[in-house]
Amino acid sequence: MAEVLVYVDHVDGAVRKPTLELLTLARRIGEPVAVHLGANAEEAAKVLGEHGAVKVLAADAPEFAEYLVAPKVDALQAAYDAVSPAAVLLPSSAEGKEIGARLAVRIGSGIITDAVDLEAGDEGPVATQSVFAASFTTKSRVSKGTPVITVKPNSAAPEAAPAAGTVEQLAVTIADSSKGTKIVSRTPRESTGRPELTEAAIVVSGGRGVNGAENFPVIEALADSLGAAVGASRAAVDAGWYPHTNQVGQTGKSVSPQLYIAAGISGAIQHRAGMQTSKTIVAINKDAEAPIFDLVDYGVVGDLFDVVPALTEEVKTRKG
Amino acid sequence: MSLRIVVCVKYVPDATGDRHFAEDLTVDRDDVDGLLSELDEYAVEQALQIKEAADDAEITVLTVGPEDASDALRKALSMGADKGVHVEDDDLHGTDALGTSLVLAKAIEKTGYDLVVCGMASTDGTMGVLPALLAERLGVPQVTQLSEVSVEGGVVTGRRDGDTASEQLEAALPAVISVTDQSGEARYPSFKGIMAAKKKPVESLDLDDLDIEADEVGLEGAWTAVDEAAERPARTAGTIVKDEGEGAKQLAEFLAGQKFI
Ligand SMILES: Cc1cc2nc3c(=O)[nH]c(=O)nc-3n(C[C@H](O)[C@H](O)[C@H](O)COP(=O)(O)OP(=O)(O)OC[C@H]3O[C@@H](n4cnc5c(N)ncnc54)[C@H](O)[C@@H]3O)c2cc1C
Ligand SMILES: Nc1ncnc2c1ncn2[C@@H]1O[C@H](COP(=O)(O)O)[C@@H](O)[C@H]1O
Repeated sequence: MAEVLVYVDHVDGAVRKPTLELLTLARRIGEPVAVHLGANAEEAAKVLGEHGAVKVLAADAPEFAEYLVAPKVDALQAAYDAVSPAAVLLPSSAEGKEIGARLAVRIGSGIITDAVDLEAGDEGPVATQSVFAASFTTKSRVSKGTPVITVKPNSAAPEAAPAAGTVEQLAVTIADSSKGTKIVSRTPRESTGRPELTEAAIVVSGGRGVNGAENFPVIEALADSLGAAVGASRAAVDAGWYPHTNQVGQTGKSVSPQLYIAAGISGAIQHRAGMQTSKTIVAINKDAEAPIFDLVDYGVVGDLFDVVPALTEEVKTRKG
Repeated sequence: MSLRIVVCVKYVPDATGDRHFAEDLTVDRDDVDGLLSELDEYAVEQALQIKEAADDAEITVLTVGPEDASDALRKALSMGADKGVHVEDDDLHGTDALGTSLVLAKAIEKTGYDLVVCGMASTDGTMGVLPALLAERLGVPQVTQLSEVSVEGGVVTGRRDGDTASEQLEAALPAVISVTDQSGEARYPSFKGIMAAKKKPVESLDLDDLDIEADEVGLEGAWTAVDEAAERPARTAGTIVKDEGEGAKQLAEFLAGQKFI
């Protein structure tokens, strides 16, 4: 069976969930071969193997952390040369897209970004994409070269599919021209202890209606009662009430959870672009005319400062 | 010597309009009003700030797009850019990201550059890959997704806020950068700027001028194919209740029914 390269997104060997989703999608097209760059490949290989990776091509070099993107492209290209895969899959993060794009130029292939589903087709893998702020769904494929496809988080439920997950060292030569952009310093983001926004099953977001950073704990409390991630509209982020990393929308994160709760958010097109593919949508807004209500499965017209804290209490009581 | 800045700007269908596909499944650019992609205004703004901080710099705004794309150039010129380059050719219809990067790279090389500035993503395609594609094709450093940027002594530095960390980056020119909407509000064109823009030069280039064959670009030359495009079915109208003291209870009831609690 044809092999499919899967680029592993991990933090010090802890594989992030979108990679497990990629492995699940890769098995529809062929045999997943994971590419692990950086430390702790052995540890990652256990999880990767459990989810269907027959092989884990591993390389570690200081350049991966010292220079932006390009050294990783060199490594992925080495894996590509070693395997001659039927497709290359990467997570749709900023970095995943950039690595995929540069690889595509090098191997003379087309690239599809932000797929939300993937299936085998007569003429190669067919990617489903959600475009124009999710108002259209398209099916596309790469028509030249080996398909390079980046896939959004939450596009598939990771399935266990035990495979060998044998670690093989990948020989990588990093070109001098790949050392052009120095990473002078790196400040890791502090963990909030909440689920990752793009990976969470439930997201609770607050907008301008939250009316101040000091009120965001109201949103956080509801999120915590549900085990959810916290999101924010750009209006709330621009006002400095919540960090930009939590912004949902066109210029923030694109989320696709089982449940999305919007409180004090009007539902502008740029916000919808980042949450419209959520399975169930709920809104709390005091303006009955707010466009967000066009999207909802359930909407409450009311003051969020009444509804949200009361809902948090309800959830806590019901969960016991 | 003067710092040569090229800003790549895209002309896109208005996101608040009724965007759709043409019969050949390319983005319909005729029936919907277009404008300078809002995310590229941030690129123009940062270029202007870099110019203001430099002794001597010149900003060229570059677009690949249909005739109307000149509106995007005019807007950028009225914000303060010095001149424009418009690559326009009937054979470009349907060009995908790889093709566009080929055309932009050739046009950038022809124009001459020390610094290429892009937006973080276009508001129609939203791929966010062009800057990386350009860096690869031009063979220069990629310094992308910057929320903060400055250029001094032939070196570009900036801050990239990623998912797991915030990184401080540095590269020697020539380089390709992209800036996010966190980099700072874009200025509005002044009346003087709008008047001055009318007299600023815009060079028009076609594929011949760039030594690109028609079959390397366009719908035929594309590296990807769209087979289907379907309007997403409207979400079925949900239940909407007015909170008269029971709103939270009713909502909790709904969430419990859906097994979320
Ligand atoms: C290029 C570009 C990119 C953009 N990218 C994004 C993006 O990524 N994400 C994003 O979110 N936006 C984005 N925007 C901005 C977007 O257009 C809207 O301005 C923004 O989403 C509005 O945020 P909001 O809904 O919180 O605020 P508003 O539109 O002001 O809505 C606030 C809502 O809160 C309600 N409200 C007020 N008080 C209460 C209360 N006490 N209880 C209940 N309801 C209350 C009001 O009725 C109102 O509907 C972008 C814009 C542009 C031009
Ligand atoms: N047709 C185009 N003409 C000029 N610049 C473009 C074009 N398409 C994309 N760009 C630039 O590349 C950036 C990223 O675009 P994209 O990869 O399409 O999301 C944009 O913000 C622009 O700066």
